[in-house]
Amino acid sequence: MDKKVTAIIDKYDADRGQLISMLQDIQAEFHYLPREALIQVSETMGIPLSKVYSVATFFKAFSLKPRGRHLINVCLGTACHVRGASKVLEQIERSLDISRGETTNDFKFTLETVNCMGCCALGPVVNIDGEYFGQISAGKVDSILNKYS
Amino acid sequence: MEKIKSLQDLEAFRNSIAEKRKVGKPCIAICSGAGCLALGARGIINATIKEIERQKLKAKVDIKTTGCPGFCEQGPLVIIYPQNILYTHVKVKDVAEIISKTVINGEIVDRLLYTDPTTGEKFIHESEIPFYKKQRRLLLGNNSNIDPNNIEDYLALGGYSALAKALFEMTPEQVTEEVKRSGLRGRGGGGFPAGRKWESCHNAPGEPKYVIANCDEGDPGAFMDRALTEGNPHSVLEGLIIAAYAIGSHEGYIYVRNEYPVAVENATIAIKQAEKLGFLGKDILGSGFDFTVRINRGGGAFVCGESTALMASLEGKIGEPRAKYIHTVERGLWDKPSNLNNVETLANVPLIINKGADWFNGIGTEGSKGTKIFSLVGKVNNTGLVEVPMGITLREVIYDVGGGIKDGKKFKGVQTGGPSGGVIPESMLDIPVDFDELTKAGSMMGSGAMIVMDEDTCMVDTAKYFLTFLEEESCGKCVPCREGIKRMRQILDDITEGKGKEKDIELLERISATLKDTALCALGTTAANPVLSTLRYFKDEYEAHIKQKRCPAGVCKALIQYYIIDEKCVGCRLCEKACPVEAITFMGKKKPVILDQSKCIKCGICKDVCKLGAVGVK
Ligand SMILES: Cc1cc2nc3c(=O)[nH]c(=O)nc-3n(C[C@H](O)[C@H](O)[C@H](O)COP(=O)(O)O)c2cc1C
Ligand code: SF4
Repeated sequence: MDKKVTAIIDKYDADRGQLISMLQDIQAEFHYLPREALIQVSETMGIPLSKVYSVATFFKAFSLKPRGRHLINVCLGTACHVRGASKVLEQIERSLDISRGETTNDFKFTLETVNCMGCCALGPVVNIDGEYFGQISAGKVDSILNKYS
Repeated sequence: MEKIKSLQDLEAFRNSIAEKRKVGKPCIAICSGAGCLALGARGIINATIKEIERQKLKAKVDIKTTGCPGFCEQGPLVIIYPQNILYTHVKVKDVAEIISKTVINGEIVDRLLYTDPTTGEKFIHESEIPFYKKQRRLLLGNNSNIDPNNIEDYLALGGYSALAKALFEMTPEQVTEEVKRSGLRGRGGGGFPAGRKWESCHNAPGEPKYVIANCDEGDPGAFMDRALTEGNPHSVLEGLIIAAYAIGSHEGYIYVRNEYPVAVENATIAIKQAEKLGFLGKDILGSGFDFTVRINRGGGAFVCGESTALMASLEGKIGEPRAKYIHTVERGLWDKPSNLNNVETLANVPLIINKGADWFNGIGTEGSKGTKIFSLVGKVNNTGLVEVPMGITLREVIYDVGGGIKDGKKFKGVQTGGPSGGVIPESMLDIPVDFDELTKAGSMMGSGAMIVMDEDTCMVDTAKYFLTFLEEESCGKCVPCREGIKRMRQILDDITEGKGKEKDIELLERISATLKDTALCALGTTAANPVLSTLRYFKDEYEAHIKQKRCPAGVCKALIQYYIIDEKCVGCRLCEKACPVEAITFMGKKKPVILDQSKCIKCGICKDVCKLGAVGVK
């Protein structure tokens, strides 16, 4: 792990202003922010670990827990909301038997929500591993989830 | 490519692009905006590339992936040049036919043309379609002509000529004066005059000075800035460089939200290309002016769109706002004078410099000049991005551009201004799009989300939605916002669950007033607007929830029941199969099914799947 983290820190010249970008890259690499990586960032950059944690927990994009192989993001933006996004979210929660923010026991899926992905014209929108599914309804949820292994 | 070192070099380079393009090859332009991608544009792009290779047409036909023209509902969109033929809802299986018929033979594939849902009329060109007719697409217009990853496309349309004009023909003061005279106001929500902000930052003591483009676009339901940054990133960049020149800044940032990966990518590529050609870096175009830009990604926090929070997060800190008795134009990023502008504000700047302040301030109303892009979404027929001149009425936007309400339902309200704005009712639809008029109506211009709501939208639920959003997004630094929003949300929870009391409305109003007076940043001071505006125009709906324990729109779960409309049900069993809790029992063919209220969890799936409208809600 430490080599990958070193490379990320180097990419930003250990610039303190780029802390958030670094954490984003670390998360992209490991799908979450492992504790050891945060310690390494803190030590290399001379930022107290508590400060690194404060940033890592302030922003919604970061996760301190390991996440599943597939990341489901349900958009809860206003446009999706008025077209029934919460029904879609509830159906996914029922199908996977987890709540938003959780990961299935087999680490297959992590379910998260975002407040707008900018695909408002197609609401409700669900994004799985970067792929968008537009104009979906609660009834279509299972057939989409079944596509993933 | 070599660096451009003078005005003459720039014109020579532009001419060489024009020369290269004179041949006039037919071109297939495929929209790769987020909306079209969600509808499968990637497949169309791949299929087109394959088909062109298969038909051995690579030397004769160009393929271009472009930004979003706004007509997302009709995607995936494909435009064939030079005839300018617009195809909608294109599928992979249509690609071969488009190429052999339209591109090669100039024939039109009728079934792919846009058909007006009310009149049934078909349209060949974008410009004839009612959706586009009342628009004035100064900023978005080029999105379908430009490959955002190719700077030559931007240059071919006159790109960077405003920068050249500013650098070689105008002093920084003249640039600021021009922007001031144009009447351009900030498009990020506040509507602050851009030229005045530049001037204050220019005059503030301290070096270095920073300029920052705000592409955080946290407003849920808005994607204008996304479309601009993804579709025409050089227009934003050019505006930012001109701002830097006017202010005397040599370092800039573009702050893009992390949820917009394509915007990050296209802006990054644009910066690299601009550096390579000498529009960025040292001695820009040989003028002696230096300027560099870097991109920072947000971390998914709405409050980071606020100026002081944004600057804190640029410093690698958490995005907490600070009190603004010292303005950021005096002491912002790293405590230095900093100018923050919204992406759309900046995209207007090259137009103003090129065409002049008088041209710009000829468009719009007394207090609001130019155009505004809205994301017209929700229960409206033509959802997508629309760019309209200021002064157009809300009714024109919703009915003429938007094509009216979906599925023949009744209009109830339109929400503008996002979480800081409010809902405007039918009776006020004739007010013009104007910063001050919208504020007077209890809403605001905001960044440009326009969410249309019909009779099936519950206004109490809408207010609760925004408060839930704000409760999550409050940074928690100050008490009124952290606790007040939470308390208001709890009250609305009670009301929507049938536990509301008559005193609740008064209490909501009192907390709203406290928030307005005491919260530290605008997230908190405006947080009550969605509640106050719905109370002002839709009080009867609150009262129905509180007094009659009834949700007139049929939304609030605790107050509604799904039921089978026996006369319409033919016993097809679709709902029985779909119901996740086996609340529906099949009674035999041609007989209606039975819905057991004690098992029903009110997920509404039966209503979704029923093709006959035989499931009702009351
Ligand atoms: C909570 C909050 C969120 C904001 N989010 C954004 C945003 O996402 N984009 C934006 O341009 N401005 C946003 N603003 C407004 C900015 O603070 C700032 O006024 C604006 O970027 C200035 O640019 P302009 O004058 O060109 O509009 C937000 C303000 C607040 C209080
Ligand atoms: S008003 Fe809300 S978001 Fe703004 S500083 Fe206070 S707690 Fe933070």
